[in-house]
Amino acid sequence: MSFWRHFKPNFWDHRDSASGLHKFMFNFRRIWYLSVLLTTGVAIIPVFFLAAIDYQVTRKAIESEIILRTSRLVSNTRRTLSFMILERQFALQFLVRDNAFDLLCNPQRLDRILSALQGSFGGFTDLGLIDRHGTQLAYSGPFKLAHFDYSRQNWFEEAMQQGTYISDVFMGYRQSPHLVIAVRHSAPTGEPFVLRAAIEAEQFHGELLDAESRIGGDMFIVNQQGILQTPSMRFGRLFEKASLVVPEYSPSTQVFETRDAEGKALIIGYAFLNNTPFVLMVVKSKSVLMNAWYKERKQIITYLVGGVLIILLVVLAVSTYLVSKIHTADQVRVAALHNVEYVNKMASIGRLAAGVAHEINNPLAIINEKAGLMQDLIKNRESGPVEEKMAAQIVSILNSVNRCATITRRLLSFARPDSVSLQVIDIREVIESVIGFLSKEAQYRDIVIDIDIAADIPPFACDRGKLEQILLNLMNNAFAAVSDGGHLQITGSRAAGDRVSIAVIDDGCGIPPEDIKRVFEPFFSTRTHKGGTGLGLSITYGLVQELGGAIAVESQVDKGTRFTIALPLKPEVPKNETN
Amino acid sequence: MKQIRVLLADDEEELVSALVERLEMRGIATDGVTTCEAALAMLRDNRYDVAVLDVKLPRMSGFEIKKQMARMAPDLKFIFITGHGSYSHFQEGTAEAGQPYYLIKPVDIELLVAKIREIAAAEQ
Repeated sequence: MSFWRHFKPNFWDHRDSASGLHKFMFNFRRIWYLSVLLTTGVAIIPVFFLAAIDYQVTRKAIESEIILRTSRLVSNTRRTLSFMILERQFALQFLVRDNAFDLLCNPQRLDRILSALQGSFGGFTDLGLIDRHGTQLAYSGPFKLAHFDYSRQNWFEEAMQQGTYISDVFMGYRQSPHLVIAVRHSAPTGEPFVLRAAIEAEQFHGELLDAESRIGGDMFIVNQQGILQTPSMRFGRLFEKASLVVPEYSPSTQVFETRDAEGKALIIGYAFLNNTPFVLMVVKSKSVLMNAWYKERKQIITYLVGGVLIILLVVLAVSTYLVSKIHTADQVRVAALHNVEYVNKMASIGRLAAGVAHEINNPLAIINEKAGLMQDLIKNRESGPVEEKMAAQIVSILNSVNRCATITRRLLSFARPDSVSLQVIDIREVIESVIGFLSKEAQYRDIVIDIDIAADIPPFACDRGKLEQILLNLMNNAFAAVSDGGHLQITGSRAAGDRVSIAVIDDGCGIPPEDIKRVFEPFFSTRTHKGGTGLGLSITYGLVQELGGAIAVESQVDKGTRFTIALPLKPEVPKNETN
Repeated sequence: MKQIRVLLADDEEELVSALVERLEMRGIATDGVTTCEAALAMLRDNRYDVAVLDVKLPRMSGFEIKKQMARMAPDLKFIFITGHGSYSHFQEGTAEAGQPYYLIKPVDIELLVAKIREIAAAEQ
């Protein structure tokens, strides 16, 4: 919590007891909360709004991009595969048209054709010519299949009926995955025959692997029953039933999203290869595809969090700064109000004092004159013991009158106007007159006051009233600090730069170091409960400033305090000078 | 030395009687009055060198009566005495009478006599 205490602004725990019931205008903490909440709200809501929109838009864009790319890939691969099959089918159709039936029946001729096909297209394993009864008339290839009877086989019937036939991939005698393409043609005699070629399924693998490596997914071919025609990375081995449902027929490429058995999102693209039993399928893991999106999302969130943090910092800093300023201004206002109150109070006391002094001075004058007259009368008579005794009494009366007169004059001097009025003063005399105010209290409390004024201080121009008030305040404070029987010292000496330095030193309770910086602040008082206003030293400070001087304080707890004021010997003449 | 004649005006009868007697003892011919009207009447019938006036007289301030008296007797000199020593009065009083001749009650008799002789001597 000490961290918080360190950063806590001044206004946070502001409880201005001095401001009074109806002067307390601001709840600074509430203003701060309001300001922070409002500005944060206004600044952050649009940021969140924009971030949410950006989030949605970017996500949608990336998703549609994924679908588009998948669709394009499937389409391209379908075109390539369809072309590979079709070109071989067309090659066979060209052969049956170009070569007379007799020529095809010649095994040597068939061998030459096979080797030409292998050389130009690749993938052809063998070639057979089958007559309308299903008997293989001629065969070229690695197996001994001449005169084999195909009449019972489905593909033969289908080829005879449809004109062309493309088989699923199968192992057959050849012990390697292959498919069969068969085309029907009519001999010059009108008899139909079939030219059949077996093609290595490996041909397609290359194409699929190539595409797979580009997309980082799984690309394979199934037949319409869902049997894998090429190996799949994730959905089964060759000739096994794929662990995916074959989607419904569609003439064009389709892409859809689904979930696998483990619930992971998959993007599936598929296309039916026209005129073949094959369906091309591409399966990609969505999470892999969305990597780009995750990167983008991370960036959006980073920007959002960063932006919000910056806004919060700025809002906190600005609110704290502004509320601090209001708080300071309010304190100055309250201090000014207090000052006005204080000045008014002092002025009232001044008027009251002057009135009382006047009322007392008149009867005092009568006593003075009557006693004086008695004195005069006794002087003119011959002296006797009675007259001597009476003369002594009259002297006592006159002395008392003088004491009263001194008091009333002091009261009158208290009611002076506030502007700086310079007059040449003798500092020793001023200090003694101020001590006069306090001599009775010093006597009662047995406080010793030492005065030590250097002889080389010349009379200098100063506002006597203000200087008296400064010294009175400092001595009052010293009296409050010392215990009965304490000791007070007032020194005066010349200081550097044509200044007079006057120090009021006591051996009282002292000021703790944490308070010493604040003693000149208005309302700072440790005597609040003992009638201190907390204004004495701040007013003293202001008065010293008005006289063009400086005030300093040094203190040690339980050792004592020393207030030093330095006043210019040649003050700048203020404009509102009177007298 | 010529006899100095003083007119003393103060609203306190006790003060006036004592002060008149004391000034007479010191060789200053003094007439004492307690109202402005009496003061003006005395001035009409007699000739004075110095008027010692209380600043606060009933119905008229010492400063006002001074103006009227100055019209009646242009050579008359003034000393003010007052119990009211406020700063503004002091300023006004010194301006009217000159600083040394504005005295605050209770007044030391020897000081008052000295001032009267001083101001009367300046007359010649």
